[in-house]
Amino acid sequence: MTYASLSASASREDAMQILLNGETRALESNATVAELVESLGLAGRRIAVEVNEEIVPKSEHDGIRLTEGDRVEVVHAIGGG
Amino acid sequence: MSDFFQDSPLRIAGREFASRLLVGTGKYRDFDETAEAIAASGAEIVTFAVRRTNLGQDAGEPNLLDAVPPERFTLLPNTAGCYTAKDAVRTCKLARELLDGHNLVKLEVLGDDATLYPNVVETLSAAETLIADGFDVMVYTSDDPIVARELERLGCCAIMPLGSLIGSGHGIQNPYNIRLIIEQSGVPVLVDAGIGTASEAALAMELGCDAVLMNSAIAHARQPVLMAGAMKKAIEAGREAFLAGRMPRRQSAEPSSPFAGRIHG
Repeated sequence: MTYASLSASASREDAMQILLNGETRALESNATVAELVESLGLAGRRIAVEVNEEIVPKSEHDGIRLTEGDRVEVVHAIGGG
Repeated sequence: MSDFFQDSPLRIAGREFASRLLVGTGKYRDFDETAEAIAASGAEIVTFAVRRTNLGQDAGEPNLLDAVPPERFTLLPNTAGCYTAKDAVRTCKLARELLDGHNLVKLEVLGDDATLYPNVVETLSAAETLIADGFDVMVYTSDDPIVARELERLGCCAIMPLGSLIGSGHGIQNPYNIRLIIEQSGVPVLVDAGIGTASEAALAMELGCDAVLMNSAIAHARQPVLMAGAMKKAIEAGREAFLAGRMPRRQSAEPSSPFAGRIHG
């Protein structure tokens, strides 16, 4: 499922808002971290995810469900010294 | 190292390295140039930064970790851009997750934008938290020997004083302080920041540094790959000169050719 379709399918009742990398995003209620990552096209990529300042290990992406107002960070490696 | 001499490896937190040059991955034109320069430098430890993923990105967009695969290099995530201990600790935890549990990090907590000088109060606090959480901490710090000693006491696995300001290319401004830190330290000491050209890298090694970390000196050279090779040689030359021990300085001249047997004697 693409991010766009995930957003579009989120009707008033089953939608929630999260803060993703500092920006407000609509998401299906109770979406898992894995579903979010998949919707962003980042499944299988070298990324790390933090929810409300706590690391969510890759092994738990399937099990952790996001809730309204969660602050989510998705990071990756870039050039630096 | 030359064919005639086998140096002992650089040892950091139980890991061994043949190269004493550590390089960053910032400021390159593209990942191809990054990979070429790193190959020319011979570096085995490579630093990188952790940032928010661009969510608009094409899923096929190249990734730094494809150019510098964790299977081939020892990756050293940094906390560049962090101004508080809390942010630095969060960044290290994200990096550990990113690298599947790899726990070696470069801690730097900055004081202000203009100088990027380390905030040693926040650095000490972050080092303590990270070490308690199982990280191996290579720490960027000022060239203050008392702060360096305190960081070692906390358990940092390498002390990395600046030669001069990050990205300034002003070389080693206080070699006497670097010497003091080297003499007192029981863990590797690396000059991190300030190196501008090969002679300055050689000087760091001649002072007795265990290794040198640089980024801009290579990436901002007119020809980065050529400079990377120059730095590799400078590090090796400086290391061998340090081990060989320089001749004493003299006030007056001393001829290399004997006076005896001169034809006009």
